[in-house]
Amino acid sequence: MSKDLRITNNKFIDQTTRISFKFDGKTLYGFKGDTLASALLANNIHLVGRSFKYHRPRGIMACGSEEPNAIVQVGSDASMTEPNTRVTEIELYEGLEATSQNCWPSVNFDIGAINNFFSPLIPAAFYYKTFMWPANFWKLYEYFIRKSAGLGKSPTKPDKDIYDHRYLHCDVLVVGGGISGIMAAKTAAKNNLNTVLIDDKINLGGTTLFQQNECFKINNTYSNEWLKKEIESLNSLKNLTIKTRTSLAAYHSYNYLLARENLTDHLDINEKKDKVRQRLWKIRAKKVIISTGAMERPLIFNNNDRPGIMLSSSIKKYIDYYGVKCGQKISLFTNNDSAYETAISLNNSGVNVNSVIDIRDKTNSIIVKQAEELGIKIHWKSSIVNTNGYKKINSIEIMKLTDDGAAVVGEKIKEQCDCLGISGGWTPRVHLFTQSGGKLKFRDEDNVFLPDKSELDQISIGSCNGDFELDDVIKNSVTLTNKFLNVDNNDYENLEIISSKETTKKNIWLLPSDKLLSKAKQFLDFQNDSTANDIKLALREGFKSIEHVKRYTTTGMATDQGKLSNMHALGIIAETAGVKMGELGTTTFRPPYTPLTFGAIVGRNVGEFFDITRKTPIHDWHVENKAEFENVGQWKRAWYYPKKNESMHDAVQRESKAARDSAGMLDASTLGKIDIQGTDASEFLNRVYTNAWSKLEIGKCRYGLMLNEDGMVYDDGVTTRLGENHYIMTTTTGGAANVLSKLEDYLQTEWPELDVYLTSVTDQFATISICGPNSKKILTKVIPDLDLSDKEFPHMSFKNASINNIKCRVMRISFTGEHSYEINIQSSFGKSVWEKCFEAGKEFNITPYGTETMHLLRAEKGFIITGQDTDGTMTPVDLQMDWIISKKKYDFIGKRSLYRSDTIRDDRKQLVGLITEDPKEVLEEGAQIVSEINKKPVEMLGHVTSSYFSPNLNKSIALAVVKNGKNLKGHKMFVPMKNKTINVTITDSVFLDKDNKRLNA
Amino acid sequence: MFLINCPYCGERDQSEFTAGGEAHIVRPKQPTELSDDQWAEFLFMRKNIKGIQFERWSHAHGCRKWFNMVRDTSNDKIHAVYKMGEKPPIK
Ligand SMILES: [Zn+2]
Repeated sequence: MSKDLRITNNKFIDQTTRISFKFDGKTLYGFKGDTLASALLANNIHLVGRSFKYHRPRGIMACGSEEPNAIVQVGSDASMTEPNTRVTEIELYEGLEATSQNCWPSVNFDIGAINNFFSPLIPAAFYYKTFMWPANFWKLYEYFIRKSAGLGKSPTKPDKDIYDHRYLHCDVLVVGGGISGIMAAKTAAKNNLNTVLIDDKINLGGTTLFQQNECFKINNTYSNEWLKKEIESLNSLKNLTIKTRTSLAAYHSYNYLLARENLTDHLDINEKKDKVRQRLWKIRAKKVIISTGAMERPLIFNNNDRPGIMLSSSIKKYIDYYGVKCGQKISLFTNNDSAYETAISLNNSGVNVNSVIDIRDKTNSIIVKQAEELGIKIHWKSSIVNTNGYKKINSIEIMKLTDDGAAVVGEKIKEQCDCLGISGGWTPRVHLFTQSGGKLKFRDEDNVFLPDKSELDQISIGSCNGDFELDDVIKNSVTLTNKFLNVDNNDYENLEIISSKETTKKNIWLLPSDKLLSKAKQFLDFQNDSTANDIKLALREGFKSIEHVKRYTTTGMATDQGKLSNMHALGIIAETAGVKMGELGTTTFRPPYTPLTFGAIVGRNVGEFFDITRKTPIHDWHVENKAEFENVGQWKRAWYYPKKNESMHDAVQRESKAARDSAGMLDASTLGKIDIQGTDASEFLNRVYTNAWSKLEIGKCRYGLMLNEDGMVYDDGVTTRLGENHYIMTTTTGGAANVLSKLEDYLQTEWPELDVYLTSVTDQFATISICGPNSKKILTKVIPDLDLSDKEFPHMSFKNASINNIKCRVMRISFTGEHSYEINIQSSFGKSVWEKCFEAGKEFNITPYGTETMHLLRAEKGFIITGQDTDGTMTPVDLQMDWIISKKKYDFIGKRSLYRSDTIRDDRKQLVGLITEDPKEVLEEGAQIVSEINKKPVEMLGHVTSSYFSPNLNKSIALAVVKNGKNLKGHKMFVPMKNKTINVTITDSVFLDKDNKRLNA
Repeated sequence: MFLINCPYCGERDQSEFTAGGEAHIVRPKQPTELSDDQWAEFLFMRKNIKGIQFERWSHAHGCRKWFNMVRDTSNDKIHAVYKMGEKPPIK
């Protein structure tokens, strides 16, 4: 650490606690309280990165989130490393490791810098224009561009850190803890309002915290001393919560805000472990007070991007707050009074101020006079036309401005310096206001956009509302806050405020140089390397909208979102296009205000908590028996049960054969189950299903097809009449939640007169399906007292029963075409009953099967799966299920749509079966079907929806939807694949047991 | 993120609700009497306006009740919520 760059009498930095850190592999030292930026500057390191396009050396420019240049990679751990981090926001901690980005092999010697010499060849949109054509070459270009551009590296392993989400509700949220925010929060809390004050810095106070200047006094004390007492007085307020290191990321409608609190980023590396790193606060505030202050603008002049060129107010913070001199011979360049505050602070700390270059005519404000009295030299009505020094600025060239400010004249003065502070005035931070939907107005006098109209219960106070002088800030903040909160706080009524007032204003967006514009390098967006010239080029090429210019030149599109560059871009566009700035509008500021980590966004919703996993009551048995699982929505379903060394194909073939030869069992618990009760339950079913329900006897089951109002098949399933006014409906696994919502919608909105109650009971029942010719024998063993004769218990009927005194419902229904039963029992008994059935079935080689076998078995019978064989464009007629549409019913959901001109077309796609010429050839699901292969373009007639090799038929079978398929049975078609064409024949969709003999076998 | 005043539960976060499109479109009582055009009008045609819009919402992760809302789509301001079957309090 260079001792002579530190001043010793400093209140904010603990100079007794030394901290070691690594930058680009080199061990350096700083103090507790430093940021990485202040520690680097104290070590005389300005150069920390290279620019994106030209790889020009770039240094630290600011002291907060607006920093465009000094972004680094923090950490080297593959799971924790973080790119694009601003050195100005990293608090120094023991063990910190940071490396420069965007330079290879090192920041001091960078191969990409050769782009700088070719820069006339790399104008705006160079990458777009050059590499867009020919498109195939992009693969080649990309490799090189990425290598030389590379803005940091992403971690390659999962993040080990812990992140958190919490909700917060308050009466008043104050965003920004500068002088106006502190006064507002105090006012609110004192008036019994539950108040939260947040600030992204380590401590409250904003820039007034270190404003110790004769020109700014409150009640005869320095403004910083007065504010210190105010901050201390906050501790006694019960209604006030203060959150520092907390930055507001987003401001949405209805005063819903997201804030990110940093909890461990500043801790030593060994103290971080097992602690929550960042917490995302989801805040709902009744009222919001924005007091986010303003940020200093740079000035746009030739070679304004060299390391050592910094914002003037940042130089002031480094000296007054961190006790760090940014240079030994500092020059300042300004268009306003605030640079004089920096000059006086530097002078008071013993730093040599060369001169202040001011573009204005001589002014006489109090602070300028004070600077002159201290002997600081001022170049009035002058501009810097060039700077020198490659890796660090070493001199500037000054010339006089003409009266209109359009050109420079006279003698060129060269001044040696090792740091240059620039101040182009102030930009109110209106980002949050606009994020919340607020509309801005433009104040011509000092070229600022200010909050105007908002629909929300919020105000902006202080410099973010356009007050830049201390007395205006205090007086207006107090008045606005009292009015907004409807309170009468007189704490600040009789303050005596001394504040230097700016008397002259002048602004030149693009400062003239003695060089031609095309030869000058006036940088606007430092990170993305766009210059004033690029903006002008874009305008010449016909771009008019600010959003288009922004994208074409990439101005404002880097990780800093153009916090420093946007106003100048607008200004130059307005000037060049000859329009007023207020009429041009501004770019949209989108959340987040500063980048958020993915960790903070997802919080605890990682790993198994990322989404809900639903498991059936029998799940553990499937795991114990080595099932492979398939995700069906949020459900984990047993897919197939491979035996040792068995492939999926072999397992499914074995399971499918066993189910038809003897017995199989399936866990069907995931099917949706809706309990329907009420005196109008039958009428309700009549209206939601296509078939008739009134005559269904108690104890009988019926298959139903549910349509959308547009006539398309929506869901299907079996519904059982349990009592006069009591049904249980089953839905598809994936459709359960949507079907319930749809039924509730109709009941509440269209048919409120119906007496019907719906309850989802999916999770309350386990469902075990036993099928196959031996299913009856097995069920007799499980429930001996149940009469299973065809007469007493025929297909499509239901019985109440009990197993070990536990009541259950048994349905004789079949999705496989086999004689089969479904046992529905309380979930908690699901696994034991499943095991009982398995035990009872052992002598019949009962084979548990998964969803894949279920799909195969039903395809052999031509049963559809909604969502696989249908896709929201299939009517029951398209599915050749005309039999299920009641002719007698006057109305049901979707009925009228079944005879719209479009739905009665003959050439709609219809469900058919496909048989391949080669019985071993299994078609791919999704494969297209054509009738000719030599014609181009060929008409796609349909596609394969389900396809399997059937072990029971010993051949390949498929279901498909084909245009006019109903009338094409027996026709030959082709399925063209990448390397071959498969010959197929259209058939009926039922491949096995067309007479349904097996149901009663 | 809206704050929605469910007529049954009170103010709740938008994440608890689902939107259900334009309100006050009544399903025809005698669909079979309608021409294709009339049926299509009911089935497909929905307004999508900038300004005051009448919408259906459901408190899906709450009381599961459907209700209506008057919302200005230009600024997301909710002017009123009211129960199904009630007349809109604003024209
Ligand atoms: Zn509710």
